[in-house]
Amino acid sequence: MRKQFVTTVEDIIANDQKTVLMLGDIGVFGFRRSFELYPSRVYNIGILEQATISMAAGLNMTGLTPIVHTIATFITERCFEQIKDDFGYQKLNGNIVSVGGSYDYAALGCTHHAPDDVPILMNIPTVQVVVPGTAGDFDSLFRQSYSNRGLRYYRLSERENEFRVPVKFGKANVIKLGRKATVIAVGPLLDKALVAVKNLDVTVIYLTTVRPLDTKTITANLSSGKLLICEPYYSGSITQEIMSAFKGTLRIDHLGVPKKFLVNYGTAKDHDRHMGFTEKEINRRVKELIHE
Amino acid sequence: MRRKNLNNLRKTIVEAAFHSGEGHIPSALSILDILWVLYGGVLNVSPKSCQSISRDRFILSKGQASLGLYAILSEKKFFPKREFKKFGSYGGILGGHPDMNKIPGVEASTGSLGHGFPMAAGVSLGLKIQHINAKVYVLIGDGECNEGSVWETALIAAHHKLDNLCCIIDHNHSTDRALKVDDLEEKFRSFNWKSLSVNGHDQLEIKKALMTKHPGKPLAIVANTIKGHGIKIMENNPAWHHKAPTREELSQILQELI
Repeated sequence: MRKQFVTTVEDIIANDQKTVLMLGDIGVFGFRRSFELYPSRVYNIGILEQATISMAAGLNMTGLTPIVHTIATFITERCFEQIKDDFGYQKLNGNIVSVGGSYDYAALGCTHHAPDDVPILMNIPTVQVVVPGTAGDFDSLFRQSYSNRGLRYYRLSERENEFRVPVKFGKANVIKLGRKATVIAVGPLLDKALVAVKNLDVTVIYLTTVRPLDTKTITANLSSGKLLICEPYYSGSITQEIMSAFKGTLRIDHLGVPKKFLVNYGTAKDHDRHMGFTEKEINRRVKELIHE
Repeated sequence: MRRKNLNNLRKTIVEAAFHSGEGHIPSALSILDILWVLYGGVLNVSPKSCQSISRDRFILSKGQASLGLYAILSEKKFFPKREFKKFGSYGGILGGHPDMNKIPGVEASTGSLGHGFPMAAGVSLGLKIQHINAKVYVLIGDGECNEGSVWETALIAAHHKLDNLCCIIDHNHSTDRALKVDDLEEKFRSFNWKSLSVNGHDQLEIKKALMTKHPGKPLAIVANTIKGHGIKIMENNPAWHHKAPTREELSQILQELI
């Protein structure tokens, strides 16, 4: 997905004179060609996330479209207020593309984990959140939305789905129809969800745009009143919006990153296993929902 | 340029604060001479050109001094003076901190310190990228210089040689009791800015400083000011930092401003 990010953004920079790329001292080698070709619009801005976000807002004040890229925890938590005030409150437009969401940097430890990037940004009205499940998803969703109004957060992931389906910004995909429960799989969790419910009579909804949330598609596919939401970060980001939109009784289970410090290292797969991001655990939870 | 007595603007500020029970009056007064000079011929902006891409920009990073900016903008006819009657009210456009989406002439919605300065640097960079020959002025407070983002910006603005950016530091010693920030002229110089100091209440000196050429570098002007300047009971009196005058105090102040 990171390679796709470079390919997609390189192409956009080449064709859209209004775009400006700001790298937080990562991905510099990948963009070496853009640095040479467009030195006035491609910057290794340095390790200063607060000023970077405010400067990006300033760039947009002159009509340019900023694309900021660095590590998830630093570009969401450290400069949360800059995102809130400078983009959200001021109604400015721009893009943040992160790497290292949740525990993608597992071996680097807690300071590099960001299981709260999406949840905290969802507290800022108007911020749009995109969690692609494949490189192709990123390419498509970024091209569709990068020049829209407002600020968007794109969360690149180290892991990708094998399953491919065309995606549209702001739209959920119904992958499988069933009667006894519904599973929402966000971004890279789709593959696991599909394997987990292969022999179960359940609906599977694939979500790549977390905000604006496609409540129309979701609520139209909740006839069982039983829902499992699988999110690759702290759970609960979309629960309230679904509950408000759904007219009826809803039993919801969540599979997300638990709210505790993840002090172990290892690999992201190790963390997945310990936290229950496995086909087996999803299968168990869905069956439990069905038989309640 | 002639020195201008700004007592009519001081009166506007104090009366707005009195009627609303809100406002950072001394902070507004310490920057009044600077803003008067900026909007009195330095800035290439007017009510008609305030949406033009080639206009000069002014960003008040220390947003709590909003009443000072409002007084100048209304004097220059960016919006009608009657808006002051609704200062701080639910339906008014003028709040304790400025909102760029409500007030004509306001370039940024500031209030949280340390935001306006890097936004101004972003605007400067954006203008340079697009080869637009306009200048960006930003006013920060010395208390605001406690914020790390100020020094992030000082670093990056010099690195990118933003010589279309001028940062004015309102050095009114408001933060001395907490975290004193002295030698500001030298600090900015050490970040590779062209840096100088002025008497922030001498309009002629301010004008001369703002006209300083600074090719290849951003310009820092440390304006030595008095918090509450022009109203004796407020000058350097921390009790007035965020306080509206009583009716008796208002009467006394208006006598002084005649």
